[in-house]
Amino acid sequence: MLNYVPVGAYLVMSAVLFTVGMVGVLIRRNALIIFMSVELMLNAANLSFVAFARMLGQIDGQIFVFFGMSVAAAEVAVGLAIVIALFRNKQTTDVADINILKW
Amino acid sequence: MIVIWLLIAFVALTSALLVIVLDNPVHSALSLVVTLLSVACFYAMLLAPFVAIVQVVIYAGAIMVLFLFVIMLLNLHREEGGVRAKPWVRYLAILFGLLTAGSLCIAVVNSTVHDAKIANVYQFGSPQQIGFSLFRVYLLPFEITSLLLTVALVGAILLARRKF
Repeated sequence: MLNYVPVGAYLVMSAVLFTVGMVGVLIRRNALIIFMSVELMLNAANLSFVAFARMLGQIDGQIFVFFGMSVAAAEVAVGLAIVIALFRNKQTTDVADINILKW
Repeated sequence: MIVIWLLIAFVALTSALLVIVLDNPVHSALSLVVTLLSVACFYAMLLAPFVAIVQVVIYAGAIMVLFLFVIMLLNLHREEGGVRAKPWVRYLAILFGLLTAGSLCIAVVNSTVHDAKIANVYQFGSPQQIGFSLFRVYLLPFEITSLLLTVALVGAILLARRKF
């Protein structure tokens, strides 16, 4: 046997990392930290994909991780451009200050 | 093997918690880099060496560098950071986090997950295997991904321009 660690351990790790990212999105008010927590959630999902690819013996999970990473890269580029444009207008990255559309 | 796994898992969990707790955004970004590298170690242990290297190069090497560029460009000071949510929001978020993690872990433990018997361990997850699948079965998503990256490039340049 090559691997003594059960696949379920990786899935539990993925769940815990996803939860940490989720709590980060809920707690923090800095837009960049929220963005980093979203990246953490994406990584947790990718870890789940690779764990299931190992579990089922199919390569498709890793292919999906490949696409997920490229989507994450595109999302980071556009999201950071949005944060820069926002900062240029309001001089703050606090998401509580971005409330023009509130009632 | 289990000791190594527990060590890497501890590093990943600690750095993930540090990402959401630290005041300085640069410290959070560096902590996220450590998390991404430990997840790359997980990929390597899951017989996915190509995905592990791609994770290091693209996630830790390009995406986090972009994050650090923007953090330093915006020149955020230390007093603008930190967990500034009200206490009841904090406790509620941690409670829901524990509930989510608990329910996901219960779902994992109660299901029947077991390792598959992989015939050729040295071929699984190698670039050849990924290429066989990526350029035959998943050719259309591959081309659409290139279109997506072009659109993101144009969008990022347009959004960050100084004047329209």
